[in-house]
Amino acid sequence: MRLDRLASLVRSKNAGPFQLTFDIMFGEAALYERVKASKVLNAPLIARLYDCELSSVQFFECDNALAFKATIPRRHVQGEFGDPDLHGGQQHAPLMAVEIPD
Amino acid sequence: MEEIRFVAATGAVGAGVDRESLAAALERRPHFIAADAGTTDAGPAALGSGVPAFAKDAVKRDLAEMLRAGREGGIPVIVGSAGTAGADVHVDWTLDIVREICAEDDLSLKVVVVRSQQDPEYLLEMLAAGRIHPISPAPVMNEATIRRSVRVVGMMGVESIQRALATSPDLVLAGRASDSALYAAMPIALGFPEGLAWHVGKIVECGTLACETRGPGAMLATIRADHAVIQPIGPDLRCTPMSVAAHTLYENADPYLFKEASGVLDLQHVVFEAETESSVRVSGATFHPASAYNVKLEGAELAGYSTVMIGGIRDPFIIGRLDWWLGKMTEYFEHSVRVLLGLNPGDYQISLHTYGRDGVMGELEPERKSAVHEIGVVFEVLAADQSTATEIAKLARQPLLHLPVPEWKGAVTTIAYLHNPPQIERGPVYRFNMHHVVMPRSEEEMFRIESMEVGSTRAVSAAATT
Repeated sequence: MRLDRLASLVRSKNAGPFQLTFDIMFGEAALYERVKASKVLNAPLIARLYDCELSSVQFFECDNALAFKATIPRRHVQGEFGDPDLHGGQQHAPLMAVEIPD
Repeated sequence: MEEIRFVAATGAVGAGVDRESLAAALERRPHFIAADAGTTDAGPAALGSGVPAFAKDAVKRDLAEMLRAGREGGIPVIVGSAGTAGADVHVDWTLDIVREICAEDDLSLKVVVVRSQQDPEYLLEMLAAGRIHPISPAPVMNEATIRRSVRVVGMMGVESIQRALATSPDLVLAGRASDSALYAAMPIALGFPEGLAWHVGKIVECGTLACETRGPGAMLATIRADHAVIQPIGPDLRCTPMSVAAHTLYENADPYLFKEASGVLDLQHVVFEAETESSVRVSGATFHPASAYNVKLEGAELAGYSTVMIGGIRDPFIIGRLDWWLGKMTEYFEHSVRVLLGLNPGDYQISLHTYGRDGVMGELEPERKSAVHEIGVVFEVLAADQSTATEIAKLARQPLLHLPVPEWKGAVTTIAYLHNPPQIERGPVYRFNMHHVVMPRSEEEMFRIESMEVGSTRAVSAAATT
């Protein structure tokens, strides 16, 4: 099943001007645990989807918030000439389509 | 003192203070009211240009509400990151608004301003002394970086706010400050646990964003010896252990460790429990003091001047070979720019955004090859001055408009320009140029305090006689 069918929120956002962060949140513990158990969401997946060095990816499983979090360097510093997303808020769509096996 | 109570009036001064909620929060007899008035999230323009991102009238309305409430409760109001970026020009802009409010509302206030803008000479000295260090990922930092910067601010922690509070002000108006520090300063000064104080600051600094529900309101926090309670005040607002835990993720790179000037807030072992149906009890945060006080720097420099053209392409033949067509077009106008203006591609920058295909994600777009029937084109040029940027845009206007595709025989018009003239002069464009910390010899050398009476003489003399 696609991740966006399981998550209550998939979002991207600036974490300061130099980093971009992704939050994948769940409304129910069972859904979060299911995705966590699938082991599909991890740093290598983020590195692949966002074409960045694996060593530059921070990845967190936040059990108390029923959420996954990943942070990567921004390709453009926020707001510099050519940066297509000032607030970094529209970079999450590729994560929505990630397939979580049943 | 068994507990300290305080109110986050809004997530950002200018975003809206709800008068009823603030009045209701005041009934809980808080010890201070605070809110931040800035962020880097608005982009480098505020710091570079000196122009705040928020509308003046919105800031004035919110400040007036906070100052009125502070006066009514007889408690200080703390505002940080004044005027979006917190440099001197932004602080002065905000101070002028405070003067207007005082004049109009017949208020007299003791205002303590804490300035955070950094002198380039001081930064050069710190750099030479090896006292400036990068935070990964960081751009290059050298003497030229500092000299190119239009403005640099340091992000103050609790210490500077505490110095201001020690003088019993009605308003602390701070330049660039850690949002959480605005809330953590007084509790820490009064001996409440540092970890708890910073954690609570982190939770309430975005106002009601830590709630499960949305709506106008304020946040009331109560810190005691070993726990704190977060209570939203506003119609149907509710915090849950989940909503508060989840908020910690928002706009932060690491959900557990937070760098502050005086150390690292560690949330790895925090516990969130429901206190009532709408409030949450938090505990377990720890604070690891830094080996040396260190201050994050934010700098902006001028990148150049930009001119933009916006248009759309609907012809399937052009869309079908868009990369080829844009490549030809670029080749064509680069040639004109070289011949007519004597400029090479290294002398200016072009950014082409093709909305409908990959305008938002660029080369990361996984669905770049999906079929589309319409493409929005934004052509941007950056040059050393505005007239050159516009001349270059004008030289691109014609090839964008008429560059042929082999599928059609005869003259074609290839783009639907949105405006007349198509080009829009954007003015100066800035870039953030620092992701560094400085280790000052003392906190006082970076953050300067200035105390003043603001307000009508009538109010002052009235206050003097009572």
